[in-house]
Amino acid sequence: MKNQEVVINVQHLYKKFGDFIANKDLSFRVYKGEIFGFLGANGAGKTTAIKILCGLSYPSSGEIKVAGFDVYKEREQLKRKIGYMSQKFSLYEDLTVYENIRFYGGIYGMRMQEIKSKANDLLQTLELEHARNKRISELPLGWKQKLAFSVAIFHQPDVVFLDEPTGGVDPLTRRQFWDLIYEASRKGITVFVTTHYMDEAEYCDRVSIMVDGKIEALDTPDRLKEKYRAEDMDEVFLCLARKKKEYV
Amino acid sequence: MQTFVQIEKLSKSFGDVEAVKNLSFEIQKGELFGLIGPDGAGKTTLFRLLATLLLPTQGKMRIGKSDVVKEYRQIRSMLGYMPGKFSLYQDLSVIENLEFFASVFGTKISDHMDLIGDIWEQIKEFRDRPAGKLSGGMKQKLALCCALIHQPELLLLDEPTTGVDAVSRVEFWEMLQSLKEKGITILVSTPYMDEANLCDRVALIQEGEVFQINTPAEIISDFQKELYELKADDLYHLQSVLRSYEYCNSVFMFGKVLHYTDKREGDREEEVKKFIKEKYSNSVQIKQIKANIEDCFMSFSQSKSQA
Repeated sequence: MKNQEVVINVQHLYKKFGDFIANKDLSFRVYKGEIFGFLGANGAGKTTAIKILCGLSYPSSGEIKVAGFDVYKEREQLKRKIGYMSQKFSLYEDLTVYENIRFYGGIYGMRMQEIKSKANDLLQTLELEHARNKRISELPLGWKQKLAFSVAIFHQPDVVFLDEPTGGVDPLTRRQFWDLIYEASRKGITVFVTTHYMDEAEYCDRVSIMVDGKIEALDTPDRLKEKYRAEDMDEVFLCLARKKKEYV
Repeated sequence: MQTFVQIEKLSKSFGDVEAVKNLSFEIQKGELFGLIGPDGAGKTTLFRLLATLLLPTQGKMRIGKSDVVKEYRQIRSMLGYMPGKFSLYQDLSVIENLEFFASVFGTKISDHMDLIGDIWEQIKEFRDRPAGKLSGGMKQKLALCCALIHQPELLLLDEPTTGVDAVSRVEFWEMLQSLKEKGITILVSTPYMDEANLCDRVALIQEGEVFQINTPAEIISDFQKELYELKADDLYHLQSVLRSYEYCNSVFMFGKVLHYTDKREGDREEEVKKFIKEKYSNSVQIKQIKANIEDCFMSFSQSKSQA
């Protein structure tokens, strides 16, 4: 089903802040079109790793390539090939829906003609045509998040990083959001996503679970549940994050 | 049972936006009451109204024997309020924050160790660290300590577990249970549907309106339709196949399974099976199951958006 083309290649990634080691020897590969769940407790080091993968922060050591570009030397090329959204920061509240689309399209070097026609398609797909000239601050959170995701993949990146995209969103909209993720994955966009909703971990092709800066487990949800003799991903997570050694 | 919080026909508007619409309900003394709803449902506005930080457009609120608007001074000493946004002093240390809140309420930390002791145990090793440098889980424990420092009768917790990982969420709810056992009435809001089951009663709330108030068990048993769970290799595909089914009422992903309800009354398992066999494949497991709170919530919000 999934392509074997490696889009994110991380080998022996370390990140140190003084004496504190935020990322300890992370190694993993993510493939084209894959939905990769990057899970971990608060403070486990997820955001640190994501910043490195997005070219916003240098690793202390390790070999890391994203979309074929080196995170040390080719950061600007890399940034053009990725999209990013988080719960906290996504769109500009005081710009309108269309202004946001135009702004992000412009940042990624798209031509005005292309932005215009693609913006129309996007608003149609999201059924947001009536809100085209509304300010983002006037939209309900669920719409905002769906729009923010669509804007993050507007320039057709190879990878999109989603940092807790569905936090606080109602259950109906959360599922509509995942429909968008599936659709993007089917178009070949690799999706790298963090979440605290463990039912969403089940929707991922593969999941990694970070504990204290290290990846403690990495596999498909089915195989993880089998390995930890767990009913669901919630149990797997609790078992690993609480480090109940009797399971291991 | 004794009514402790009484909310009557409460409304709050901000310009054209009605954040809380004609809300009425009661909370019993010693109850752990949950407000379950997504962002924008009006939960925070309700908390701020109860905490005497906003004036209602219409309606009445009483806590104990006091009117929330007229007797706000009495009310404030009865309440412990933990806002959704971390609101302690980031540049004060853990112990300085606690001492500050204690002195504001004219009390001493040592007087209330029986109440906050268990939580204090978990953060005291960081007593001299600035609050802003604590991890998410620790911040939240400190905030809870500060909200409890004057031994309030009512604890208002606005989304204490949002953005908190699954482990810390479990721990936080264990703390709430032990506070409840000490007789404190608790009103807590959450966007996590699974946390509803940990409350005595819950109000399901969306867009400023409450669509049900009951015990979690009653809410679940009120679910009208037959609900089916389906397992298949390609759930996403099966979901879109089922959406095209003329009798499909709803189909939603729940982790590694789909939940399906039919437009028709009664048990329709055989018909659904037949349709799936024609349009998808044989290798689908289907069984009837009991609804959970999330099913109930979505069924309400779906019927509302169609109305």
